[in-house]
Amino acid sequence: MVRVAIITGYGINTDYESEEVFRLAGADPHRVHINDFISQKDSLENYEILMIPGGFSFGDHLGSGRVLANKFRYNLRDEVSKFIEEDKLIIGICNGFQVLVKMGILPALNNLYYTQTVTLTGNQSGQFESRWVTVQPVENSPCIWTKGMSSPLDVPVRHGEGRFVVESVDTLAQLWDRGLIVFTYYPKTYPNNPNGSIDGIAGICNESGLIFGMMPHPECHFIPQHHPQWVRQDNPHITGLIIFENAVKYARKRL
Amino acid sequence: MKDVHRIEVGINQVDSIKNAIITDLGITEVEKVLSIKVYSLEGGELSPQHLDFLAKEVFSDPIIEKYTIDSPLANPFEGTIVEIGYKPGVTDNIGRTSKEAIRDAINKDLEGVYYSQQYLFFGVKPEIAEIIVKDLLANELIERWTIKNGGTYSGFFPSVPKVKLQTVPVVEDINVMVSDEELLEISKSRLLALNLEEMKAIQLHYTERSKERQKKGLPLNPTDIELECIAQTWSEHCKHKIFNALIEYQESDRKEIIDSIFKTYIQNSTKEINSPYLVSVFKDNAGVIQFDNDHIFCMKVETHNSPTALDPYGGALTGIVGCNRDPAGTGKGFQLIFNTDVFCFASPFFNGEIPPRLFHPRRVLKGVHKGIIDGGNQSGIPTINGSLYFDERYLGKPLVFCGTGGIAPTTIANKPVHEKAPKPGDLAIMVGGRIGADGIHGATFSSLEINENSPSTAVQIGSPIVQKKMLDFLLEARDLDLLNAITDNGAGGLSSSFGEMGSTTGVQLDLEKAPLKYSGLLPWEILLSEAQERMSLAVDPENLDMLIELSKKHDVELTVIGKFTTTKSFQFFYENKLIGEILMEFLHEGVPQKKMKGVWKPIQRKEPEIPPVDNYNVLLKILLSRLNICSKEEIVRRYDHEVQARTVVKPFMGVMNDGPSDAAIIKPIYDSWEGLSVSHGLCPRYSDIDTYAMAANAIDEAVRNAVCVGADPNYLAGLDNFCWAMGFTEEEEVRYTGLLVRANKALFDITTTYKVPCISGKDSMRNDYRIGDTAVSVPPTLMFSVIGKVPDVKHVVTLDAKTEGDLVYVLGTTKNELGGSEYFDELGYIGTIVPQVEPKSAIIRYRALFNAIQEGLIASAHDCSDGGLGVALAESSLSGGLGMHIDLKKVPRENIHRDDYLLFSESASRIVVSISPKNKEKFEKIMEGTEIAQIGVIKGPNFVVQGMEGGIIINSPLSLLKKAWQSTFQFLSWRK
Repeated sequence: MVRVAIITGYGINTDYESEEVFRLAGADPHRVHINDFISQKDSLENYEILMIPGGFSFGDHLGSGRVLANKFRYNLRDEVSKFIEEDKLIIGICNGFQVLVKMGILPALNNLYYTQTVTLTGNQSGQFESRWVTVQPVENSPCIWTKGMSSPLDVPVRHGEGRFVVESVDTLAQLWDRGLIVFTYYPKTYPNNPNGSIDGIAGICNESGLIFGMMPHPECHFIPQHHPQWVRQDNPHITGLIIFENAVKYARKRL
Repeated sequence: MKDVHRIEVGINQVDSIKNAIITDLGITEVEKVLSIKVYSLEGGELSPQHLDFLAKEVFSDPIIEKYTIDSPLANPFEGTIVEIGYKPGVTDNIGRTSKEAIRDAINKDLEGVYYSQQYLFFGVKPEIAEIIVKDLLANELIERWTIKNGGTYSGFFPSVPKVKLQTVPVVEDINVMVSDEELLEISKSRLLALNLEEMKAIQLHYTERSKERQKKGLPLNPTDIELECIAQTWSEHCKHKIFNALIEYQESDRKEIIDSIFKTYIQNSTKEINSPYLVSVFKDNAGVIQFDNDHIFCMKVETHNSPTALDPYGGALTGIVGCNRDPAGTGKGFQLIFNTDVFCFASPFFNGEIPPRLFHPRRVLKGVHKGIIDGGNQSGIPTINGSLYFDERYLGKPLVFCGTGGIAPTTIANKPVHEKAPKPGDLAIMVGGRIGADGIHGATFSSLEINENSPSTAVQIGSPIVQKKMLDFLLEARDLDLLNAITDNGAGGLSSSFGEMGSTTGVQLDLEKAPLKYSGLLPWEILLSEAQERMSLAVDPENLDMLIELSKKHDVELTVIGKFTTTKSFQFFYENKLIGEILMEFLHEGVPQKKMKGVWKPIQRKEPEIPPVDNYNVLLKILLSRLNICSKEEIVRRYDHEVQARTVVKPFMGVMNDGPSDAAIIKPIYDSWEGLSVSHGLCPRYSDIDTYAMAANAIDEAVRNAVCVGADPNYLAGLDNFCWAMGFTEEEEVRYTGLLVRANKALFDITTTYKVPCISGKDSMRNDYRIGDTAVSVPPTLMFSVIGKVPDVKHVVTLDAKTEGDLVYVLGTTKNELGGSEYFDELGYIGTIVPQVEPKSAIIRYRALFNAIQEGLIASAHDCSDGGLGVALAESSLSGGLGMHIDLKKVPRENIHRDDYLLFSESASRIVVSISPKNKEKFEKIMEGTEIAQIGVIKGPNFVVQGMEGGIIINSPLSLLKKAWQSTFQFLSWRK
């Protein structure tokens, strides 16, 4: 079975549904407190997939994801590096995406890890946004997680700091050129683009396509009944489960 | 003061504050507002390299922020700069996180880290800036600020809000062997809130125990810690003395003696109903029912009114995270799966003068809103149901009801999870946050002077993250079967939690062991502190090592502060010296029963004469835009409704995701299709005519909402939250007590007929405000919550019209009952005829509708309440984006001869449904024996109503109605 480590602790709060979605995707998920990795009670070596779920780690107090990102950088850098070098899969959703970005392992252009080149900051509206939005998968992305996805996906967003900002226009151009933009809000305007992200960017990956992060919550849409329109729909629509199935399929082949 | 370094980070433009300055305060000269974050680092002997590393790696974002160290980030500018920080002792969540982040980064423990925020107001003079700070941004009770002219700005002087207490921990004894006047003086001066009878009961008890106490080396008189503990346990808040009072009640010529409203009406109704799914009611922190064979569910709703009046943000935040601890501390602990919140405020458009010490209702609304956003969202608990209700009488005391539901396995390690019992020898353990002077004497804030070095005891600010860590830890400890008992520390702190937990065994506390935020607290203060994020545990000593290891993993502080005994007494030690001992029996049973009088008289008022309506299109739009009817989406969209992926009927459904659901439905267990509905009812304005009708309609509304989404009317449970006033004179108290009895009679009558047992409740009895000549009391308010079992969440119904051609029905009769209605209020009247609930016929209708929903016959169902039929139909139509043609002639009615009365009467127990024409026959068959009528059809782009006389009275494009319905709260929108 593909083993998934779902990080918990310090205010992470979407660990239960993440566990469920990976279970449905056919994996063997484990909710693991980050301190169990730091204290070496458990090791990242035991897992094929690492997930940093959503939530409010450290209350977003010094900027969303910043303190948890530092916890990884100062305490688990070697383990994370090894995980990446072994071509294992990493996903960060919402707060987890913020953590990956602020750790500098996303997008890691030119495989330059631990250098932050983009950020996720306060929504343009200055407020927490909670609604369902539509995201469009970007063609030609190397992302393993979204392989084969072409139609738009409906997902809930729930965040106060999801505005994607880049260091420079050059960074943005490189992200597009290399297909590292995985999802864009569709349409790119408020309220569907809940935060004012540049180019409507909702999710990005690294160059290998193994590390992936997005602001919306596909792990919160794994049955049709999660969708706000489900009582009005006769035909089942696609859910976010496919993203997790893709990863588990990929990891299983490598077992 | 140790070395203090300032790191300033920014600069952000905050348009939301600029907009609020312009719209809320009318200060138009503000050109721009910028903000800067300031971290003051104390101690740790930080080198310049350290500081630069911290500023770069920990405090700023390299992509978008700049920083300075020990120099100002802002340059001089035309305007005013303000720095706002907390007063000493106020919970500084950002400061706390910063300390931890610094430890991670450079492995150093600092003395303290304090957060403050700078605002740069461009184009604003200092005296105007002061108004902005006071009226919009800061709260004098908990915050302090410095204002500087931007033109000559050269930085702020470093200073930290450190608590410096000089007290030596001593224990006093208080002479209670004194005259009655002196007893009352003791009660008053120590803020004990005990009356003479209660003080005399204490006097007598101590006289009787004198020999025994002498033997133990205790003084004859109570020590301060004993007296404080007794006063706290006997407080109205904890002992519900009004609900348990012996009441001489009179209604017209009939007199009766009511020995406890709680036992007579609330507890007895539940006993009489005796539903098979009840597991634990009225004895734990939350009421518990069976969900399925393997799971139990619990819920609690709390109010947090006084703290919210004082500090809307902190009050609401503490309200919700405090309520979370109730289910978390029920049985051996529940996992929290949803929050609800209901607010009652004065109008945000209030334009009268604000009485002293009160905030403008708009500020209350915004502050509470932010508190719930932070409290609920950061805790990772979805907010799935709630409402806002507006009435000018909530100006003095806003009401904030916070509810939380939890789920747990029925058994763990073959032991029922809902049961807990400390054993003698178990360790008394406190986990979570540390103790400060926060919230000592809860609501008695007014007489406390706050100076620069005294901790602010008045207001507590919760930390959702500290609590989340603690609750994660406790859930894991529960699953490992490490806990014998658990309860939360809320009102009364350790005094209440261990006093209750040890009531059948006995417990002793070593108070010097309790972890403190700062030294200098007196033993009784340690006992009574209401500092947040703490739970109390009873743990077998054998399990201690494992529990400590687990707490370390979760980064949660855990302290053994005593043990459970066999003494049947509450003993307090400080540094090994016995400083107090109270017999549990006296503590819990010794309070004399309160004696009260209550009289109810029907109101004397004339039915108003209402002029004929000129234009129904306009009238409907006016009603749709009223505060109690309009869309609250601007507010509710700020809450996370989805986290945990259990919510299947969300606060908003419909074709544009903007139709307000009657109830929420969650699916608590991932691999089961069974669900729970969560709804509530609230109609305070009916109290102006009769509190019996107010309570009956609130319960009916909550039940009706549950039934509308498909909950099983045979599997419901209720929670009662009474928020009352008592007035300012004896006469008023007698009247309010009479109103309370009336309301509870309704509660008994309706719940027993509906078979909806109450499983938990709470009362807040003195929601009165008086300073100087201004006196405001809230209208007597019952907020009734209902939990319903949904057999299969795949068969639920929402309010929105679904398909063109569907038939529209109304269930129930519309009567001439406009009293207390939104329509009459719009015209400036109260009226005399209030809606009456007829529970016997209503429950038959509800059960029939449930069967129809189970058969899949219902396309939409919507509750008819505020604004009546006209509003309910319009909402269903707007939410579905489909027009309707309604014929009022067909509406079943009694004694109504006017279209406006028929449209806007708020008669109870009515529901608007739509069905596919193909289901007509089956539907009508199932509903046989209950009053229903097909009144129209879903059709076209307009909302069209034909009057009783045959003419079209309303014909409006949906877009116009929607605009009216959604525009009221646009003032909160960030896009102006």
